Amino acid sequence: MAAEEKFSGKHLAHALKDAVIAAAIALAITAPTIGLRTIITQQGLAIDQRWKWVVICVASVFIGRLCLNLFIFPKKSGETGALAANFTQAMAQFSANLARNIKWLGPVLILFAIIFPFTGLADRYTVDIGILVLTYIMLGWGLNIVVGLAGLLDLGYVAFYAVGAYSYALIATTFGWSFWVCLPLAGLFAAFFGIILGFPVLRLRGDYLAIVTLAFGEMVRMILTNWYTFTGGPNGISGIPRPTLFGMPFKRFGEGTFHEFFGLEYSPMHRIIFLYFVILALALITNFVTMRLRKLPIGRAWEALREDEIACRSLGINTTNTKLTAFAIGAMFGGFAGSFFATRQGFISPESFVFLESALILAIVVLGGMGSQIGVVIAAVAMIGGFELFRQLEEFRMLIFGLAMVFIMVWKPRGLISTREATIKLNPEPDKQAAT
Amino acid sequence: MTDGQTPPPLLDIEHLTMRFGGLLAIDDLSFTVKQGEIAALIGPNGAGKTTVFNCLTGFYKPTEGRITFTRPDEQQFLLERMDDFRIAAKAKVARTFQNIRLFANMTALENLLVAQHNNLMLASYFTIGGIFGLKHYKRAEKEAVEKARYWLDKAGLTDRADASAGDLPYGAQRRLEIARAMCTQPQLLCLDEPAAGLNPRESAQLNQMLLNIRDEQGIGVLLIEHDMSVVMGISDYIVVLDYGEKISDGTPEHVRNDPEVIRAYLGVEEDEMKKIRK
Repeated sequence: MAAEEKFSGKHLAHALKDAVIAAAIALAITAPTIGLRTIITQQGLAIDQRWKWVVICVASVFIGRLCLNLFIFPKKSGETGALAANFTQAMAQFSANLARNIKWLGPVLILFAIIFPFTGLADRYTVDIGILVLTYIMLGWGLNIVVGLAGLLDLGYVAFYAVGAYSYALIATTFGWSFWVCLPLAGLFAAFFGIILGFPVLRLRGDYLAIVTLAFGEMVRMILTNWYTFTGGPNGISGIPRPTLFGMPFKRFGEGTFHEFFGLEYSPMHRIIFLYFVILALALITNFVTMRLRKLPIGRAWEALREDEIACRSLGINTTNTKLTAFAIGAMFGGFAGSFFATRQGFISPESFVFLESALILAIVVLGGMGSQIGVVIAAVAMIGGFELFRQLEEFRMLIFGLAMVFIMVWKPRGLISTREATIKLNPEPDKQAAT
Repeated sequence: MTDGQTPPPLLDIEHLTMRFGGLLAIDDLSFTVKQGEIAALIGPNGAGKTTVFNCLTGFYKPTEGRITFTRPDEQQFLLERMDDFRIAAKAKVARTFQNIRLFANMTALENLLVAQHNNLMLASYFTIGGIFGLKHYKRAEKEAVEKARYWLDKAGLTDRADASAGDLPYGAQRRLEIARAMCTQPQLLCLDEPAAGLNPRESAQLNQMLLNIRDEQGIGVLLIEHDMSVVMGISDYIVVLDYGEKISDGTPEHVRNDPEVIRAYLGVEEDEMKKIRK
């Protein structure tokens, strides 16, 4: 019975119609994105046409949709239901395992991060990616304080990154102070900017807060672009000094260089590995402080603020101060990351601090699971690392990126790690007590 | 003011008026709450009971009137001039809400620790001492947990201490909210419909809990309630509001038999009704 129905003319016509619609949508999407490409020729920009790829894409969508229509969808709802249930169950199992193993996942990741530069995996390229990933992990952790713990949706986080970067660059190029003196100053400046942003938005929440913070991020970038005499405008600041290890520079020639002191052959890798450890240390400090703060009254007040602001006030919590500290501390870590960015690049310009960066950092926090420290790590590795992994695919990687994001949001709408660990327990379970 | 005579009442509301644009929500309301007394504020829906609470706890600024709060140590506060969080922190007036406002994703224990925020904040030297794990803070935290344990015990929630507050049954959430308010060490506890949605057994538990709080802590309790078994059972003093005006006050016995109250609750009598229709 079912088989006859499956291949009846009416069904086939319906399946074909559906597949044609899907193919048409695919054509509409792929024709401009894949079919046409701008290339640079000697005459200037030209358009390269790649219709072969468009045909392949459209044909695969058509055939795939047709197969789905003919063989998967007509199955009795019980069968597809079971299939879907199996899938969700497997996924739930996977995330439950992940949640259970978080205890050892953290130390293992830290250990791996420490020995990574000395393994065979490490070359200039991979360590550079490591630095990039760690920078975003640090930014994600910083933003996690504001968004994940205090529940204040901040779309302009990159402003604090920029403030940190420019503070270091300007102080170092004007006064010649060392990185290690400028780093705390940059953090302080960024925290100050966090409070400046915090004051006007004290009464805003949710969407309204998001809009104002977005505007704040753009304002900072605009000022950096247009205040030519102070920031160098769109040309940025170049010749930012590199960091030193207790005053020993990583240079090939000169007095008291790093390789000379340790009697090593000069290698440009030394500096990169040093930078890697600087950002690793900064990121771990961010993590340690955040974890610590979460278990302190201020951290609990942040989380309570996220849950219910009116209840907080009824309990005598000064919500103004609580919000401002969240903004200031989150911004401070952004500032640290920014001054690291400046010293690593040696050159900064407003182009590095566009809204896309804020969106990327926020995406890391949201995908990882708001408030989850390890979730941020996983999301940052997946997003930044994945971005690099698919570099050969050029602009197509944006498609893969988008697809992955949609998939994760369908599968885990509250982020990869959505379980919340209590900050304190009255009756700790026996196995956990033994572990600590 | 206090020498030789009777001490001033814990809470003294004088000529309280609250206007929202053209709407007169509270009209020249005066009453007092004494220490160690359970006072109830009752009245039909929309009578302005919750508005009184919001004025009292600083969520609204009253249009007119004075709210004097005198702590047993004779410190006096004018509540209508204070910010909401300062009323809770300094004057020590705690409140609960008609629609429960727990921190749903945090555990019951964490809810009670957030209520002790100001003490713990001082003990952690505004976080700086806490970050470095000073002994002083650890001791303070241990004391806070002990106090939380005491109130969890009173609310009958010790075994659910590590469960998310949002996952608790409704009655337990009501009790947890009261426990949380008590963790702020209030001198006056304001409860907005604590028995709403409770079954008779849970109401009886609540009555017991409130009587215990009054007798053991010696503080004042002001409650808004529709459940007459709670109001008549435990109140020492009742104020009846209708359309923002006080229509009666006194002991439960007095209020129960006041014709004004009966009229407000049951409507006007049949022959009067006819006059209005004509």
